[in-house]
Order: sequence, then structure tokens, then C-alpha cells
Amino acid sequence: MTAIDPTPTTARARPSRWTRLRQSDLGWSFTHHPSAIIAAILLLVLIGSAFLSPWFTVQNPYDLASLDLLNAEIPPIWMADGQWPFLLGTDVQGRDLLSAILYGSRASIVIGAASVAVSLVIGSTLGLIAGYHGKWADGLLMRAGDVLLSMPTMLIAILVSALARQLLPPYLREAGASGVIVFAISLSAWVQYARTVRAQTMVERNKEYVQAARLIRVPTWRIMLKHILPNTTTPLLVTATLNFGLGILIEATLSFLGVGMPPEQPSLGTLIRIGNQYLFSGLWWIVLFPGLQLCLLVVSINVLGDWLRDALNPKLR
Amino acid sequence: MLAFLIKRIGNAALVMLTVAFFAFLIFRFLGDPVEMMVNESATQVDRDELRGRLGLNDGFLMQYGRFVVNAVQGEFGLSWRNQQAVLGLIAERFPATFELVIIATILSLVIGIPLGVFTAIGRGRWWAESLQFGSIVGVSLPSFFVGILLILTFSVTLGWLPGYGRGEVVRIGWWSTGLLTPSGRAAVILPSLSLSLFQITLVMRLVRAEMLETLRSDFIKFARARGVKRRALWFRHALKNCLMPVVTLTAMQVGNLIAFALVTETVFQWPGMGMLFMQAVTFVDIPVMAAYLCIVSFIFVTLNTLVDIAYAVIDPRLRAA
Repeated sequence: MTAIDPTPTTARARPSRWTRLRQSDLGWSFTHHPSAIIAAILLLVLIGSAFLSPWFTVQNPYDLASLDLLNAEIPPIWMADGQWPFLLGTDVQGRDLLSAILYGSRASIVIGAASVAVSLVIGSTLGLIAGYHGKWADGLLMRAGDVLLSMPTMLIAILVSALARQLLPPYLREAGASGVIVFAISLSAWVQYARTVRAQTMVERNKEYVQAARLIRVPTWRIMLKHILPNTTTPLLVTATLNFGLGILIEATLSFLGVGMPPEQPSLGTLIRIGNQYLFSGLWWIVLFPGLQLCLLVVSINVLGDWLRDALNPKLR
Repeated sequence: MLAFLIKRIGNAALVMLTVAFFAFLIFRFLGDPVEMMVNESATQVDRDELRGRLGLNDGFLMQYGRFVVNAVQGEFGLSWRNQQAVLGLIAERFPATFELVIIATILSLVIGIPLGVFTAIGRGRWWAESLQFGSIVGVSLPSFFVGILLILTFSVTLGWLPGYGRGEVVRIGWWSTGLLTPSGRAAVILPSLSLSLFQITLVMRLVRAEMLETLRSDFIKFARARGVKRRALWFRHALKNCLMPVVTLTAMQVGNLIAFALVTETVFQWPGMGMLFMQAVTFVDIPVMAAYLCIVSFIFVTLNTLVDIAYAVIDPRLRAA
């Protein structure tokens, strides 16, 4: 063989990480789905603008001292009474709507991502243990999952969030609001990850590489984390992406119902709740723009998730 | 079959007991029932006497058992807010939620099924593909924002339909219906449309997937060879074979709709159970919250169990699972 191909492999430049990514199956599929590209760009812009907002917005909407009641109820800039620099107008407290939306998106994105992270870690740990051990651990986990999934996620989240606020001492209610929401969402979201990892683990644990690892006495936790877990990540990626969108939606709904983020640190849902009170008084922009931002955010995440599910599904290749 | 029945019903009972346990925890440990029931001038002796009478000194399991027995009989105590029986409060609000959910379900079938058929037979055409893409958008739209958009368009800007309330209602026994008056019928349109949008997209995507599968099967090819008209082929031969999963989905989703009605009712100020619950949350009216939790999960669990059992009756292969 070496005689036929004299150039040793080391001599050829190894393709860069970026090139390898672009030439992979996933990369190929991405470049051939315009909707996925548009969604990815849109999502990058939305997330980027949300996190860079402190550097370019006209005011900090969380800082009540920067608000001026004289600026209240200004319509968007393209309307007759619009005023620079309030591009999308202001609300009844004189808060610049664009700044409020960008800061609010940041809260929504952070809470959505945190709920994914928490439920992903808890769910895959429990799923690994249940799938690897089986027996009573498995039975217990599956029963708990059945009970949780027999109720709508949204209902559980509303209940937990409403009750947790009553349990918290008053001085913690505002500061702890985002933690409570993450907890309320993760409480039923982990089941999906646990089931996925469990099913995959039950397949993997009987394969030869696991038996070999067991033979040479690799500790159990190491087999689970280093050998089995990496083989279960692909389906998790799709679930995590779709649940990111779902988390943002649930957070927005909780805040809209008044059991989520407090008005002092508004998320997109809180802004829509505030705007909804002025629905019949002609101040349509206070409710419309935060709502549109929320839709753009969730739609772009879901389009990406949909594409990812199809691209990673071996049956559709 | 009997083993399957026992297993499913046992499972449902387990879920209900768990839910009741949490409702009991909320009921018993969130706020002191005695403090809520006595008036300002009550002495410590009065309080202790009431505490004994309510059985709050008994063991934990004993109290839980009593809570379950009472709940089964529909006895959820008095609302802390206005001292009325909780069950009566919920029964008064139930017809409003029920009508909303039923109309939303009908809308989802009437709109969703034809859309599903059209997107399936027009696969690859621009209008079918854009409808399919639109369904992803429909799934992603937050239900409360859809409601707000509907109100902004049809009631604030155009002034065609009322944006809040239930209109005039007619009482028939303990049931109250808004469907018999013009204002009631006008009021139900926007909330039910907003509640059903998510389900319309679900039904549409399901019918589309099933139709694509069915249209490839041999009996369709044969019917085409026999010269059956295209419209009869689609709507009579193919669609009939797609409806079974739609029925299942619809039955399973009724519980979800009741839960989501909570959001829709808040947007449209619709006087149903969901709004009662949100008011209870605002005023920390624990008995109402606990009762709502039990009743809604009961409806939800019962529906799911019935669907599972019905499926097993129809398809014996599922009984083993």
C-alpha cells in the first residue's frame, strides 16, 4: 500500500476544523436548506443584539431613574408624533420600547437557556442511571415520568411558579423570580431527556465496547460518562433546541399571566402583559413590538430545530 | 384485556393520588386554614377548638386520607376569599370553559382536516409548501399573543367582534350557555379561534402525513385505475383511512385545551374556570387552587385513560404493552 501511495498522510495539510465542519453531513444539509440559514442568521442577530444592548440602547429600562414621564406614550418614529431617539416609541412610564425589548429578550433567552441546561443535566444523569442499572431505579424513574407527563407542562409550570412565589419570603420574590421560573419549567422538561438517554443507554450497555471496558475494570461512573453518554448526544441535541424555544414560550406565558418576571425586570412576557392593559386605549405599539420579537425568536429556534431533526434522522437520508 | 384494564386504571389512580397529595400539601401547609377562617376577636381557646374540629391535630396520613375522601365526594371546603363552597364556584364557571373548549375542538377539525388534505395533494406546489411552513409558525406563536393580535385586528381596529367577556348568557338549570344569544355567539368567536390555532396546525400536519402515506397505497392506485373521480378519491377513499389518528389526537388534546384555556380566558376576560384559578392565584385563595388542580387533572387523566382503553379495544396488539 505504501508503495502505491508514497506521500505519508502527515505531509498533506489536515483540513481545518471549519472545513471539516462544512464538509460534514450536517454542514452539507445546512448549506442546502435556505430556511435553516435564514433562521440561524436571524437567531444570531436577535441573541447578539440582546446581549450587546447595554452598549447601544438609549437607556437602561431597569433603571427607574433614567425614565422621564414627559416622554411617555410616544408612538413609533415613523408616526406623526414620533420622536428621536425612541425608534419604536415609549410606554406609559416613558420607557424606550426598543431598549425594553432588547433587555427583555436577554432575560427571556437566559431563562430559556438555563431551563434547558438544568433539565438536560438532571434528565440525562437520571436517564443514564436508570438505563444502566435498570431494576428499581428504572421503575421509579419511569413512574415519576409518567405522572409528570400526564399533566400539561404549561399547567405544572403555572402552578409551581404561582406557589413558589407564595413560599418565598417577600424580599426574595423579585430576585428569585428567574430561578423559580427555571425550576418550574425544568420540573417537567427533564423527563424527555431522561427517556431519550435511558432508551439509548439500554441499547449501548450491551455492546462489546462497554463489556470490554467493564472487563478491564473501568469504574462504572466512567463507563457511563465517557463511554455511553457521548453515544446518546445526537437525539438530545434536537430535544434541547426545541425545548429552548418551548422554555422561552413558557416563560413568556408565565410572565404574561403575572406569575413570572416582575415588572421591575421585565422579560418579553412581562412587557406584553403591561402592553395588554392599554390594548383598548390606542397604544398598540406597547404590546405589538414585544410580541413580534417573541415570535421571531421562537420561530427561528423552531425552524432550526425542525431542520436539525430532519438532518440528523438517518431514515430520511 | 382484563389485566390491561386493571393496569391502565391503576396507573390513572396512582397519578390522581399523586396530584391529590400535592393539592393536599398546598392546602394544608401553605397558609394556616384556622387563621383564614376565624375572625379578629377569636380567642386562643376558640382557635384550638376549631383546630380540633377541623381535625388538624390528627396524623399526617389520616388528614391526607380525609382530604382524598372529601375530594372524591366533591367536598373542597370554602373559598377563603368569599366564603362560598369551592365546588359551587367551579361548577358555576365550568360551562363557560366547556363551551370554549368544544367550539375550539370543532374549529380545529373543520379547518385543520381540509388544510391537511390540500397540503398533501398539493405537495411540492408553492401554496402547499407555504401552508406547511406556516404551520411551523403557527406552532411557534404564543397563544396569548395570537389572542392579542385577534383583539387588535377584529375588535380594536375593525370593531367587528367583541374582544372581552362572554356576552349575554341564558340559564338552563345550573348550566349557562352563551350560544343562544347573538352577543354570546359573537363573543365566542375570537377566543375559540385563538385557542384552536395551535390545534389546527397539529391536525393539519397529522392529516397531511397520513394522507401522503395513504395516497401511496395499492387500493388508491387501484381506485385510480378504475377511474374513480379525483375528488372522490381524496375525500372519500383516502381521507377515511386517515381519520383514526385524528380522533385519538382530538380526544387527547381536550385536556390540553382545558389547561390552555387558562391563558385564553385571561386574555379575553372569559369568565371560565381558568380565570377563577388566576384570580385565586392573585388572592392566594388556596382551597380554590387545590380544587382546580384536582378537577382539571381528573378530566385530563380520565380522557387519556379512556383513549388508551378505546385503542386497546380496537387494536388487540396494544393490549400486551
